[in-house]
Formats: sequence, C-alpha cells, structure tokens
Amino acid sequence: MEFDSIAAFWSMEGHGPYVWTCYAVFTVCLVGLMVWSMRQRRSVINSQRRRAGRSSARQAPAAASFTPVQPSRD
Amino acid sequence: MWQIFHKLGSPKWFYGIASKLMPWLLWLGAGLLLAGLVWGLAFAPKDYLQGNSYRILYIHVPSAFLAQSVYLMMASAAVVTLVWRIKLADLFVRSVAPVGAIFTFLALFTGAVWGKPTWGTWWIWDARLTSMLILLFLYFGVIALSSAISDEKSAARSTAVLVLVGVVNIPIIKYSVEWWNTLHQPATFKLTEKPSMSPDMWVPLLLAVLGLYLIFGWLACLRMQTEILTRESRTRWVQELVRSGEG
Repeated sequence: MEFDSIAAFWSMEGHGPYVWTCYAVFTVCLVGLMVWSMRQRRSVINSQRRRAGRSSARQAPAAASFTPVQPSRD
Repeated sequence: MWQIFHKLGSPKWFYGIASKLMPWLLWLGAGLLLAGLVWGLAFAPKDYLQGNSYRILYIHVPSAFLAQSVYLMMASAAVVTLVWRIKLADLFVRSVAPVGAIFTFLALFTGAVWGKPTWGTWWIWDARLTSMLILLFLYFGVIALSSAISDEKSAARSTAVLVLVGVVNIPIIKYSVEWWNTLHQPATFKLTEKPSMSPDMWVPLLLAVLGLYLIFGWLACLRMQTEILTRESRTRWVQELVRSGEG
C-alpha cells in the first residue's frame, strides 16, 4: 500500500477530489452502459415474446365464438 | 472460401458464438480492470512530478485507447460493409458507435479533470484535445446518421462512408503530440520502445487496458445480439429462441 492511512488515501495529498471524481464518473458511465445494454436486449426479447403470444392466440380456435353484428343505421 | 465468409456473416452463427464467449469476456475483463485500477490507485508508486493526480492515468489511457481503436474497428467494418455487403459488419458499426462515444467522452472528461491540477486549466484548444473532441462529434454523427435513414441498406452504406471519411482524424490524434507543440504528454506506450515508466506503474495500466478491451468485447457482443434480435425478428430461429426463453 502506497498510503499510510485511509484518510491519506482519500485525500491523495490534495489531489483526492480530482482523482475520485474521475473514478466515480468512469464507473458510473461504464456500469451504466453495461446495464443499459443488458436491459435493451431484455426488452427486445420481452416485446417479441409478447408479440409471439398474441399471434399464436389469434391462430388458436376460440372456445366460444360470436359474430359481430353490424347494426344498420337506416 | 466463400462458404467461410458466408458463415462468418451469418447472424445466427454469430449469435451462438457470442453467447458462448460473453461470460468469459465479462468476468475476465472485469477482473483485469478491477485489478489494474486497485493496483493503480492504492499500490503504484507516486509520480515524482505530478504527485497523486497521475493516478487518473489508469482510466484516462484505457478510455482514450478504446475510443480510438473502436473507431478503427468501425472503419474496418465499414470497408467490409461497402465491399462485401456483409450484414454483420454493419451491425457492428451500429452497435458499437455509442460505446465508442462514451469512451471518447470519458477520455475527454478525465483529461480535463487531470489537466486542472497538472496544467492549471481544464481545457485548451490544442491539437490533441481538439482532435479528440472531433472524434466525439464523429461518433455522434455516425449514431445520428445510422438511425436517421429508415432503409436498412442505404443507412448501412451512408454510415460506412461517413465512418471512412472520419478515419482521417485517427492519425491526427495519434501524431498530434509529435507534430504540434502541445501541453499533452507523448504516448505512454509505444510498440517499438520499452516504456519509460517503472514496471509497477505500467503493469497496472496494461491490466486496465486489457480489461477494458475485454469489457468492450462483451458490450459489442451483447449489443450486436440485441440488434440481431430486432432485425431478424421474422426469422424462424429468432422466434424459436425467443419462445424458448434462452435469449
């Protein structure tokens, strides 16, 4: 360990704010990018599964069917 | 020969390979990056000139490295798109452009914060910094163009042309520190020379660069998979994949 104490590690002889800001922004951006990319794939899969479910429900014969009646307007 | 090409260009084949590679890329990459950063932050010796602020190097250099090499990879993919019209190449360009933009932003941001205690200023319009800012705008241009055109083929072609035009900027970034008088220090690593730093300073840097490369590989695979699922949603294999819940 290059530093004597946690406090020294934190302050880095006055350069702490600069160093830690950089590391924080780097972590937030990188982790954010990773999580965002994972969620994107998940949401694409989910929406396609929903669409597939809908289309197979449409194909299956309905248990009870009725014919919509168009009321005449005259 | 053509068969290999055809196979390499097949989204289905790529999807399978990517799924197998991704856990390795992620865990190895995260491990290397974390090791490099902890080593660089807490165990590497202090720089005799810049003091502790130089520890920003361990994220600045990997980000800048990736920012430029992602662009070069995109340019190679753009050539493939234009010459062979392979779908995967275009998928790659589209998927990694935002990643490249974020790395460029990180290089600029960490550079600015590092510049304050070292040079006494956040920003100057010198060659290295300006050409890096142009790279960021190039990435924005690629993202905007590829999503602005709805026809898949013409979007692919025009994006590829833009990427190739912008590639002029890469040697300018690389050699800006040698061609012009700039505040920015010259490259830390050169392929032809031994590094000028001591090993306990550059080994963690190397770890961080390798780690970030692997994480980029993971991100590229993941984002290309998403793009494939969207584009090939009508094919049978994607529908089966979605139904089986594998993803």
